Amino acid sequence: MGGLSVSTPHIKRKSYTWLYFLLPSIAIMLLFFIYPILLTFFYSFTNLALTGEAAKQLKFIGFDNYIRMFQDPTVRISIWNTLVFLIGSAVIGQQVLGFLIALLMKHKSKVFRRIIGTVVLAGWVTPEIVCALCLYSFFGDEGTLNAIISFFGISEVTWLFTVPMLTVIVGNIWHGTAFSMLVFQAALDDVPNEIEEAAVVDGASRLQILFRITIPYIKETITTNMMLVTLQTLGVFGLIYAMTGGGPGTSTTTLPIFMYNQAFVNFQLGYGTAISLLLLLIGIILSLFYIRSLKE
Amino acid sequence: MKHAKRKWALMSSALLLAMTVGCSSSSSGSGTDSGSTPKDTGNEPAPSKDNGDKGTTETAKKTITITYRDDGTGEKVPLYKWIKDVASQYPNKDVEIKPTPIQASEGDYFAKIALALKSKDTAPDIVTEDTFMLNSDASAGFLEPLDERLKGWGDWTNGSFIEAMKKGVTASDGKVYGVPYNTDSRGLWYNKDIFKKVGLPEDWQPKSWDEVLAAARTIKEKAGKDVVPIWMNLGKATGEATSMQTYEMLLYGTGERLYDDASGKWITKSQGINDALTFIETIAKEKLGPPLSKVLNGQAGNTATREYLPKGKLAISLDGSWIQGNYLDNGTAPWPEYKDVLGFAPMPTSKGQAPGSITLAGGWALSIPANAQHKDEAWDFIQFALNKENTEKLVIASGNITVRADVAKDPEYTKMPFNEISTEYLKNAEFRPAQDKYPEVSTQIQTMVESVASGTSAADAAKKYAQDVTRIVGQDKTLEK
Repeated sequence: MGGLSVSTPHIKRKSYTWLYFLLPSIAIMLLFFIYPILLTFFYSFTNLALTGEAAKQLKFIGFDNYIRMFQDPTVRISIWNTLVFLIGSAVIGQQVLGFLIALLMKHKSKVFRRIIGTVVLAGWVTPEIVCALCLYSFFGDEGTLNAIISFFGISEVTWLFTVPMLTVIVGNIWHGTAFSMLVFQAALDDVPNEIEEAAVVDGASRLQILFRITIPYIKETITTNMMLVTLQTLGVFGLIYAMTGGGPGTSTTTLPIFMYNQAFVNFQLGYGTAISLLLLLIGIILSLFYIRSLKE
Repeated sequence: MKHAKRKWALMSSALLLAMTVGCSSSSSGSGTDSGSTPKDTGNEPAPSKDNGDKGTTETAKKTITITYRDDGTGEKVPLYKWIKDVASQYPNKDVEIKPTPIQASEGDYFAKIALALKSKDTAPDIVTEDTFMLNSDASAGFLEPLDERLKGWGDWTNGSFIEAMKKGVTASDGKVYGVPYNTDSRGLWYNKDIFKKVGLPEDWQPKSWDEVLAAARTIKEKAGKDVVPIWMNLGKATGEATSMQTYEMLLYGTGERLYDDASGKWITKSQGINDALTFIETIAKEKLGPPLSKVLNGQAGNTATREYLPKGKLAISLDGSWIQGNYLDNGTAPWPEYKDVLGFAPMPTSKGQAPGSITLAGGWALSIPANAQHKDEAWDFIQFALNKENTEKLVIASGNITVRADVAKDPEYTKMPFNEISTEYLKNAEFRPAQDKYPEVSTQIQTMVESVASGTSAADAAKKYAQDVTRIVGQDKTLEK
């Protein structure tokens, strides 16, 4: 055995070969990940600004940014919007739809799987901004959707204005479902046919098989996927920004949009970084929650 | 076997390495680190990347870069054509003049130039500054004071520039940070054909807000549902246009101001604020305005000027004097008939009180960044570019109003249909507060206006505005009337 094995006790004591291999990645993690986070943390206590008096002189302002954040009603609205967007598009939309597609594709012919898979994947491989433009022209006032419904004699709806949150949620589901689908496909393929067949022989209905055997069997995958999708969705910016710009009003202003507005429209970078840490905190809390439920 | 394993280990650590790089760059992109990478964000427009290289080789020409906003129309932007034209006639052949536009929306432009101006590597030699941002950028130390240089420039000292316009480029420290090249006034554009059809006077001169509303109601009643009675920018997405063309035109028309110069405080509560918001509320409630899905959109301004007005789908538009630039032969929406179809009425004060009408004036200036590489050459070029002949070309091509008294008298300039009256409105012109908190207060104005337009009551919106402004400027810097 080479020096790679850490589990062998007598090698562990004197050999640090494993460390050499990890060193480059640790260094890079420190430089590109830990350092920026620390820097962000530092800036969140300053009046860092893009322009104006504050841009010339960086001042330490203690907890001012945080106090401002808790007093700002738009922060509360943004947190709420972020959660609605997260639950609607990621937890429910992408997960459930991805699972259903994967389930329906199981045991189907190769050609069928390939065609459906490609179609769903198309949404995923499309760059976010292209996606946003497609969806914008789909939901727009003179867009495809209105053209379709007016063909059937239904009067047009200003989708992006009347139901803005719904349009961005649908957009994100369309864009991201393929990821969940792929994960669940792999997991479902791992469920041994024998167990399901045995259940069938015992007289279980299809729903019983699904809820008593399949889902419990891939429980861990569901949680892991939930965490990945959650973290991906928390940071979604381009899609919403291009489709609705966070509006109308604040109805689709999620935390990333709000942070961008504070940092680059109001030029308050310090405040923006404080908001980004709030976003990070939400991400950590949700991840811990998932990891915990994974252990149970 | 052993060999294969080592190879595998090497490969996996290389992979891990690649992944960490991938992860960290994407995480900083998603915003965990918005503060530390000004250079990264600036590299897309890259105003003067090659600038330094060229400067080092002695034989090569010096490149003077000029940064301005490209709204996406590229070589059609009047500034682009103008820079090319002026550069071709520039007598000093030792320098090369290079346009380095930043393609951005109006709001993003200011963030992008702020980032570019921060570093010597990205700062252009000349930058076009909106006069309302000039004070902020000067306070940040991004711009070079020009007072010393201006002393030696005859055009500046001999009264060729309209004296009042120098106020717009003077920052709160009393120094001048730019040479203005255009200004603008605001008023009510109206479609005479529609007015005639519904029986309103073709030579319309409303005396108060009530008369404006009365005209809008008549149009709504008689012109059919395809015609929008009155259009004002009402959304956050239209940024400064909402603050200035809509809210401030109304607020200043009540006699109230945003900022009290005497005490140095922001006015957070006044009858003027309520009156201005009530006007917007009335328009929203009676559906005299454009459909919200059109007006709360970043493209709203263009929709009104390039589509609705020329097509006869809009009767009155509260907008800037520059919109006629769109309709010129080389403009973005040529419309030769605009001269006869459109009228430009002054915006009345709320009840017709003195001075009778009101306009806000803004405008743009050429500034030299503190981090510019070739300041002397840039200054020489500015003097040439903003002489009488060249400024005249620019204001005519872009449909703006001149800041030079000598151009204002020139027949070539006055023969443009609306130039004379637009320039006349300037006599009651007000400027936005030259305070570095203004841009931030302005976004609160936009939020307030948008919320009223989409159904919030004027009182609630005003209350929220007061809270938000207080949070931004501090309790001790606010004033209630």
